[in-house]
Amino acid sequence: MAAAAQQTGGRPDTAAPYAIELRGISKAFGPVQANKDIDLRVRKGTIHGIIGENGAGKSTLMSILYGFYKPDRGEILVNGQPITIADSQTAIRAGIGMVFQHFKLVQNFTVLENIILGAEDGGLLRPSLTKARGVLKQLAQEYQLNVDPDETIDELSVGHQQRVEILKALYRQADILILDEPTGVLTPAEADHLFRILEGLKAEGKTIILITHKLREIMEITDSVSVMRRGQMVASVETDGTSPEELAELMVGRKVLLNVEKAPPQPGAPVLEVRDLKLVDDEGVERLRGVSFDIRAGEILGIAGVSGNGQTQLLELLGGFPEKGAKVSGSIRMNGQELDLTGTKSDAATRRARGIGHVPEDRQSEGLIMDFAAWENVAFGYHHAPEYNRGLLMDNAAIRRDAERKMEHFDVRPRNPNLAARNFSGGNQQKIVVAREIERNPDLLLVGQPTRGVDIGAIEFIHKRIVELRDSGKAVLLVSVELDEILSLSDRVAVIFDGRIMGERLPDQTTTGELGLLMAGVTDTDHHDAEDGIPPAHAHVDEQPKEPR
Amino acid sequence: MDKMPKWADVILTPLISLLLAMIISALVILAIGESPTMALKTMVDGALGSSYGWGFTLYYTTNFIFTGLAVAVAYHASLFNIGGEGQAMVGGLGVALVCLALPWPHWGIALPAAMVGAALFGAAWALIPAYLQAKRGSHIVITTIMFNFIAAALLNYVLVNLLRPVGSMDPASARFPEGTHLPALTDMAAALGMEWGRNTPVNITFFIAIVACVLVWLLIWRTRLGYEIRAFGRSEPAAMYAGISPVRITVIAMLISGGLAGLMAINNVMGESERLVLNAVEGAGFIGIAVALMGRNHPFGVFLAALLFGFLYQGGGELALWTSIPRELIIVIQALVILFTGALDNMVRMPLERLFLAMRKRGDA
Repeated sequence: MAAAAQQTGGRPDTAAPYAIELRGISKAFGPVQANKDIDLRVRKGTIHGIIGENGAGKSTLMSILYGFYKPDRGEILVNGQPITIADSQTAIRAGIGMVFQHFKLVQNFTVLENIILGAEDGGLLRPSLTKARGVLKQLAQEYQLNVDPDETIDELSVGHQQRVEILKALYRQADILILDEPTGVLTPAEADHLFRILEGLKAEGKTIILITHKLREIMEITDSVSVMRRGQMVASVETDGTSPEELAELMVGRKVLLNVEKAPPQPGAPVLEVRDLKLVDDEGVERLRGVSFDIRAGEILGIAGVSGNGQTQLLELLGGFPEKGAKVSGSIRMNGQELDLTGTKSDAATRRARGIGHVPEDRQSEGLIMDFAAWENVAFGYHHAPEYNRGLLMDNAAIRRDAERKMEHFDVRPRNPNLAARNFSGGNQQKIVVAREIERNPDLLLVGQPTRGVDIGAIEFIHKRIVELRDSGKAVLLVSVELDEILSLSDRVAVIFDGRIMGERLPDQTTTGELGLLMAGVTDTDHHDAEDGIPPAHAHVDEQPKEPR
Repeated sequence: MDKMPKWADVILTPLISLLLAMIISALVILAIGESPTMALKTMVDGALGSSYGWGFTLYYTTNFIFTGLAVAVAYHASLFNIGGEGQAMVGGLGVALVCLALPWPHWGIALPAAMVGAALFGAAWALIPAYLQAKRGSHIVITTIMFNFIAAALLNYVLVNLLRPVGSMDPASARFPEGTHLPALTDMAAALGMEWGRNTPVNITFFIAIVACVLVWLLIWRTRLGYEIRAFGRSEPAAMYAGISPVRITVIAMLISGGLAGLMAINNVMGESERLVLNAVEGAGFIGIAVALMGRNHPFGVFLAALLFGFLYQGGGELALWTSIPRELIIVIQALVILFTGALDNMVRMPLERLFLAMRKRGDA
């Protein structure tokens, strides 16, 4: 494909036309200028990174490229040819393929059916399926993209689902592949495998655009990188000629501390004592298989692990809202007192009253009511608190005042308590949740994925607040799939795999490699299995709910 | 950022929808060879042109306020209560039992008692679907629809076999005692020295309906329970996170909803017919769905929408009485209003949003 790239030769200043060239792309949504005069050149056969904070306009730009939005101004050239991309079909015909952050797969279709969906050759399915099977086999060999074509999507791990997305694009003969935050859901090993696939694609002459906020990945795999800030392209540099620090500064527009500065911990009495916690969900799958740990006052315990290994269930159980129909056993002691695990006093309101704050993993469906105004969300979960109420009615004025104060403390922007939560950026939504939970000064703070989809500036801020809470003598349980985050914040790291704690390490006495192995379920005894680096498919308990083992 | 100003959202959009419905209705009337202007004039004169017309319009409005509020409250908890019809029927049974139980000395004493009866019976009728939804996951839409039929059958049985006075051939209860007769607006106006709406059914319940609007507004937007209902309605996982029990909220919201639907019986059973007859609700429970939809589940919106449907009901009756337009056509007009204000809401809303965005952009430039 790449060999067939036409040398249109219309423009003498370019020896080889760029795979993608954008000139002066602008796009506004109402008063918001999402993209402003964007110029971008992506050389054929390279991996080009695009980084920027949330809301910098990366996704808008890529949506324009894929035909989801029409630019207000500007030109798009694909392989040197000006082109108007009116819809995704045009983009596909132009050889552009997109792998979205949230996969667009039909869960109960097989891999093969998903691949031909929208690219069927005729009214009958069989010829298309046969053809796809052949193409798939070939692609699998060429690029290490092995997936069972007859497996249904819901049986696949997240990493494999992503491969299906890539295969979908390749099946449509994509020459230019855009990947939006592809590693967010992968283990380090899976991410490495993905990078090997991308390298292979590049070797075949494909062009890859990688959108990410992880500086490490940019440095590791890209040839060149463009930085976006507030809708503008602020820099395009060769990766070899830059550093993570420089990129971070370009992204945020000021110097950023990539590592959290914190004093050594001063652990006090145990705040949370978890013993042999077990949870079987209503489909009979054991999600937690006897989890035990302690957290002391003034200490951050980090729980590392690939998502879907029981972290969610652990947080929900501690927070007082385990999934409906789950069977729970074990014991949780908070400040020396036994907590009710199953009875009427096991709900989230009681847990809050016991001094447990909770920043949930999914702020959009749990931590916030997206349609509520920011001020209403500030009372969420604490709406029974006396200071928010006056007799029978809620004291909305008091809640509003409190919201204004908290939004100021946590630098939530825009500082408008009347704005609905959904109208804030991801980072600011998270700040609202963190402000609400931390300002209550809980004895124990449960934190799930505190910086998922949060921009660098806000990450730094949220990390600082968590460390401050710990320094004031409170206990923190941190669950994150970002190893870097776990390593830089935690005082102790526990690794969870398949509902069990595989081991505990001190962050300065371990390596990503060692933790990665534990995350894949490999203990010291069966070390040799792990050379491949790919965790067994059953690492993803979430994706295989039907097999109780 | 909101796409358009609030007034455009809550007032302009329904008004345009209404206008579209009127235009189509006019075309339909033209098509059967009648004059749309005459028809409109007949409806307006008949429903709003005299205190007599108003007396009926407001009577219907009162019914629709109660059933509309019932749907709205449940809707805030994301529960679609289709059972207003049945709940209002059973509420009527509650009213009848209270009114017939004692020789009430004065309506001022009978009214609160009957209200309790109406609300309790209506709420009880909503309780079973609510419980089934909360505990067993049976869909509330299905169960409430089924309970409408069960209510109709129940009333049939009770009226024919239990409440029918000996010797009567009519499937209806005995007349309620004198002491339960509610003051009509006519009487209240007369007490003030005004002559207003003679022989019309509108009665003191109209004011109770307005108070109910205010109370529902307070409940939804000013109380902890309302906060929890709204939070649960928007996101069940978030409600769980906040320690709000889905079972509790489902049951409570449906009890309130059923109670409001039941209260409608104060108007039609106690206020108007002064006995319990078969099919006393006459579809008001279903109209309540349209009213809540059009009123965007806000009590003030419900009030306005109820007024509109009151007008359509009364005006439509006049149309059938004075013109050769068949009665069925009134149903067509009502259906068009429901279609445009409810189902096709986005058809008007989206172009409007775009228009406002374009205007704002020009304003910024």
